[in-house]
Amino acid sequence: MIRFAGRRLFQAVVVLLVLAAVLYAVFYLAPGDSAHLACGQRCSAQQVAQVRAQMGLDDPVYLQFWHFLQGLVAGHDYSTGTGALHCPAPCLGQSIRSGDLVSSIVAQKLPATASLALGAMVLWLLLGVGTGLVSALRRGTALDRLLTGFTLAGTATPVFLIGILLLLVFCSWLRWLPYPTYVPLTSDPQQWAWSLLLPWVALALVEAAKYARLTRSSMLETLAEDHIRTFRAYGVREGAIIRRHALRGALTSVIALSALDLGTMFGGALLTETLFGVPGLGQQLVQSVQLKDLPVVVGIVLVMGLAVVVANAVADVLYALADRRVVLA
Amino acid sequence: MTRQTVPAPRPEATAAPAQAPLVEVADLRIDFPTDGGALRAVDGVGFTLRPGEALGLVGESGSGKSATAYALLGLHEGTGARVGGTVRVAGTDVLAASEEELRRLRGGVAAVVFQDPLSALDPYLAVGDQIAEVYRVHHKVSRSAARARAVEVLDQVGIPSAARRARSRPHEFSGGMRQRTLIAMALACEPRLIVADEPTTALDVTVQAQILDLLHALRTSAGLALLLVTHDLGVAAGTVDRLLVLQKGKPVESGTTEELLRAPTHTYTRELLAAVPRLEPADAPGTGDGPGAEDGGASGADAKTIDGTAGSVRSGGADGPDGTGRSAGADGSAGGSTDAEAPADGTAASADAAGSGPARRPGPAGDDRVLLRAVGLHKEFARGRHRFAAVDDVDFAVREGETVGVVGESGSGKTTLGRMLVRLLDPTRGEVHYRGRDIARLNDRQLRPLRRELQMVFQDPVSSLNPRRSVGESIADPLRAAGDLTRRQIVARVGELLERVGLDPAWYHRYPHEFSGGQRQRIGIARALAPQPRLIVCDEPVSALDVTTQAQVVSLLGGLQRDLGLSLVFVAHDLAVVRQVSDRVVVMRSGRVVEEGTVEEVYDHPRDPYTRGLLAAVPVLDPAEAAARRELRAAAAAEGPAAAV
Repeated sequence: MIRFAGRRLFQAVVVLLVLAAVLYAVFYLAPGDSAHLACGQRCSAQQVAQVRAQMGLDDPVYLQFWHFLQGLVAGHDYSTGTGALHCPAPCLGQSIRSGDLVSSIVAQKLPATASLALGAMVLWLLLGVGTGLVSALRRGTALDRLLTGFTLAGTATPVFLIGILLLLVFCSWLRWLPYPTYVPLTSDPQQWAWSLLLPWVALALVEAAKYARLTRSSMLETLAEDHIRTFRAYGVREGAIIRRHALRGALTSVIALSALDLGTMFGGALLTETLFGVPGLGQQLVQSVQLKDLPVVVGIVLVMGLAVVVANAVADVLYALADRRVVLA
Repeated sequence: MTRQTVPAPRPEATAAPAQAPLVEVADLRIDFPTDGGALRAVDGVGFTLRPGEALGLVGESGSGKSATAYALLGLHEGTGARVGGTVRVAGTDVLAASEEELRRLRGGVAAVVFQDPLSALDPYLAVGDQIAEVYRVHHKVSRSAARARAVEVLDQVGIPSAARRARSRPHEFSGGMRQRTLIAMALACEPRLIVADEPTTALDVTVQAQILDLLHALRTSAGLALLLVTHDLGVAAGTVDRLLVLQKGKPVESGTTEELLRAPTHTYTRELLAAVPRLEPADAPGTGDGPGAEDGGASGADAKTIDGTAGSVRSGGADGPDGTGRSAGADGSAGGSTDAEAPADGTAASADAAGSGPARRPGPAGDDRVLLRAVGLHKEFARGRHRFAAVDDVDFAVREGETVGVVGESGSGKTTLGRMLVRLLDPTRGEVHYRGRDIARLNDRQLRPLRRELQMVFQDPVSSLNPRRSVGESIADPLRAAGDLTRRQIVARVGELLERVGLDPAWYHRYPHEFSGGQRQRIGIARALAPQPRLIVCDEPVSALDVTTQAQVVSLLGGLQRDLGLSLVFVAHDLAVVRQVSDRVVVMRSGRVVEEGTVEEVYDHPRDPYTRGLLAAVPVLDPAEAAARRELRAAAAAEGPAAAV
């Protein structure tokens, strides 16, 4: 177990460092001048040069990357004109645009994204696994065909289309819900849930389709295995067979897939965030890319990468708990 | 050795006429729906079974024997199969029973022991919990009481330290222990009938003997009825009182095991019987079935002088294979000890010393005929820090035109050895001299010209053929790789090869799933033959096949070898099959060679106790002989502590 944790930690560090390095290289090669953008349109050439020097953009790219790494390990102090801004040890840098610390920007946007991703996952697992189980157990019936049809439609529909339809129907026509404005969980849990209901549903409808299909096929596969026949041949009730013997085998693949999806969801729910006005990492990332705000982009991408790595490690542990033949190493 | 010594109650003697049959099956018909209409898998099968009796359902795969057995528990319910006729088990009309009645019957009255113990247990749960779950279906007891019962039955079937092992999961058990676990599950609810579906097919001979002994002991001590489904008449002979032979779903012959094996009346039964590989010498499997002269001992005597095998030992004593399957010469326990003074072996030395092969392949004796020689061959596998020698310092030689059998239980390293000989695996240490050149260290490019001369036939004919390519293309692969034939020539050659292995050349464009197991193995052989090899390593080439198919493939290999002058290395766990095909035999255990010599030496005068144990565990076709051996094994087990399987 310690070996497993150690190895995973090492892998995570390598993955994240490579990610950051690639981003630095890409930004260095891409057109556009960050200093110019940061300073504003009315800056003189002299002012721009001053800003550039202050931001360290005169240094070669590898030196910039090196400074970034130094900040991560030892922290950094920025001068703000009037005073000094201290950025403590895992320092991701400072926004070129606003001058805020990247860590505080991430901390500010992460709760919304996390709320959206985790809530949507709970919903899509309930919806997807439930639907998949029903159609596996009622295989070949009209209900199975109906559900299979629905899931196919779900997979085929883009998330923004579903989102727009939801907004139209529930906010505009039926007026059951106000247009969603994000409320943090800490300020009002009930409002938080109401504000995220529609984005959750939109994401879940798209994702659930995939899970329904996966659950259905792996459930059918497991039910056809020899050990299921053994328990049938000993008079064990069908319900107990499914609960105790089939479900575990069928859900291992679902666990693996949800870990991947949760990881991507931390950065990938951009359309949903934009559509429903959820102030999350996705929106911030797009803004920062447009502004060539490299420190913020790197910070957000690293958080996303971390989410993927952590989610996969958790999935591996769950996998090993479900199937004791799996040895973590 | 007479029938009276058999501890099993003879049905006529012990089962009082008043005792009602436990199982009554009459005019059983089972139809499976297929795309091309209903397929009748079972047609008019009928039998009865009383408490304490044992009946064997025998036949090839597809004969409907498993389908018949499953019908006793109503297992066709919900599969779409249509079952007709009468099936009564302990008074329950299975075909008309409600779901609740069926559930009470399953496990409580009749319990199945499935084939393939690896897949028949839930891989995720502890074995004790699985048994406890089944027990709680039929008995309203607490969880802990059910667990205690699980430990009790695990102990009863001989799982050592059962209380601890009950918490193990199936993958932590060996094949034999898994099979015991399945039997324990069957016993848990104290059923009156055990249906055993090929319970030993996946197991080594020694483990097979232990499992069969266990089933026998349970039947005699607890008065259970036993329905044994098997394709192996040898297994049936030692285990059941009566036999019912099925062919393509129809019953063709039935009777007591003794009578039926001594004097089968139906042609199909005779074919089945003739196909059973025997330990006694025989020149070609499947030819002789009449009573013949019994002189296996004499032929063994000839073989004593190691280099004096000029006389045709192999065919000499074998003109009349014994129809009853008595195996006086093969039973190593009697004469083996006197041969201890036979010339010391020293594996490499004796391999050379054996000199000329049997007379049917005359040729000059001596080293120059050695095609491939391995010296000090060693293979280690590492798992974490644990290192394990799968093959441990083995010397081995094959001469031109010779067949060397490699036998041993699973895990003995025989497959690893075979793969190293053709360099499919790289040895950790040691040399492999092929025609005088050490190929153990050659790299892939240097090996390429030699690859075509060293071929392999694999165990599983299903997974060793690409399902998405036609069989013709699969056979043509090695020819294309060689690159010296035109397309037209390749197609022609593949046609010849198909014909050579007894298939229709017109089947070039068919796909593997369209063929039976035996046909697929023929395709595998054709593929190995394609590049005109000089040595073929056959790794368990017939262990996945029915006895009759087995016999056909074995005789095909023998014929090919004779005609083409091939050298064969025949790796198998089935000692009888190895005897049928081999000139010399190597016995392996835990990666080492424990005994080596000509077939006659090893089989008729085994020196090593391990070889003797293997030979004694081989099922025999004579029920009386089988009972005698069972007693010997029981006595041996009583002396020493029972070995865990």
